[in-house]
Amino acid sequence: MADIDVAGGDSGHKKGPGVKKAKKLSTRVDMTPMVDLGFLLITFFIFTTTMSTPAMMKLYMPKDEKDPKDLTEIKESGALTIMLGKGNGIYFYEGQIKADGSNFQSSTYKDIRDEIIKKKKEVIAAHYHTPACEPLQKTAQEKGDPDWKNACKDKDFVVVIKPNKESTYKNAVDILDEMTINRVQRFALIDITDDENMLIKATEQRNGVK
Amino acid sequence: MNLNTKILQNMPSVKLPKKSTATDMTPFVDVAFLILSFFMLATKFKPPEPLEITTPYSVSSDKLKEEDAVRIEFDSSGRIYFNVTVKNETQDNGLKLELIKQVNSNRNLGLTNAEMISFQNYPTVGSPFSQLKSLLSMSRDQRDKVKQSGVPVDSVNNELATWIGAAKVAFQGHKVFYMIKGDNNASYPTFKGVIDALKKNDEYKYKLITDPKAVPPGTDLYNKPNTIKGD
Repeated sequence: MADIDVAGGDSGHKKGPGVKKAKKLSTRVDMTPMVDLGFLLITFFIFTTTMSTPAMMKLYMPKDEKDPKDLTEIKESGALTIMLGKGNGIYFYEGQIKADGSNFQSSTYKDIRDEIIKKKKEVIAAHYHTPACEPLQKTAQEKGDPDWKNACKDKDFVVVIKPNKESTYKNAVDILDEMTINRVQRFALIDITDDENMLIKATEQRNGVK
Repeated sequence: MNLNTKILQNMPSVKLPKKSTATDMTPFVDVAFLILSFFMLATKFKPPEPLEITTPYSVSSDKLKEEDAVRIEFDSSGRIYFNVTVKNETQDNGLKLELIKQVNSNRNLGLTNAEMISFQNYPTVGSPFSQLKSLLSMSRDQRDKVKQSGVPVDSVNNELATWIGAAKVAFQGHKVFYMIKGDNNASYPTFKGVIDALKKNDEYKYKLITDPKAVPPGTDLYNKPNTIKGD
């Protein structure tokens, strides 16, 4: 491919006497340095550039309400509280925490999804129609949701996320992402209480989390 | 060795046709340059970043765009950097100058014009106000090299809230995005400090910069993805 035919069209042409035949030089070029250069540039580009553009994850926080009247009330039966602790520890309880902490359970970032799904199903199964549902169904219908009749069913399902001081940013983002994955419509990111923190500390000590 | 050569010498010579070991490199060159041109076209240069940040993954698919934005970044040790980007660089470049003027007058920093222009040219700051003057008097390269301690967000002295407040004033009439870019190993209180600073300025909608990942199969989002984009 790289050879260029220099012989010309009529190579059989006879030259006159005394005309010396020019020595044919090979036109083959050694391509190896060029390959070297090519791959050098490729490696340069691979190292200096970014391939995937990062994504943006939405996070909407509520206003800090001072007046207890303005606080959103949630049903105990529909609440799932997830707490994040040290060393990727994750803990949860359903409804309200019992005084003896007997409904306080530990989990992992892999298993928490099943817990969320389970709880969501429970809430949906326990749902019965109330007039309060109609506006929710209506907005879903207006948005063009084909499944608008079920739009209200998980309205009582609320996940409360409470990261403690020793959890990491990644933990918080992971659990927020889990809300998107499981389509949890209502969730809140709030501070952990001292009682819950003590329960986490006790569990960490028992399990030897460092 | 000697024995071997003797045997070889004594052997009847069978002449093998000498084959050239030089291969034609041309197709190789073709491939190399094809890949090279692919990389040149398909990628962007990494923007220079003062902080080493590995962002977490999320299933969000909204691509990061060039917007009028306040970007707050923090690394694994909890150092917070404040940064602004403008969408229309030629038209709105003055906004950055406006921002630093605001900060200057709010906190009586006594910055000179040259220092404020230094901010306009490179609006990334990771130092408390007490060190801002000396930081802005440096050249851009020097600013990248110096180790900054981060913008404080503690409740007594929430300087990040001042920065955000100044940005809000400077960017009046523009839709400003509040982007948060944090490192995986940053502690939660750092993130909370950033959110609190934003809340102080009555800003409640943020965009967290993450790396995209696939939606796990079998989940609700996987089965019914159509409403993910709805606000």
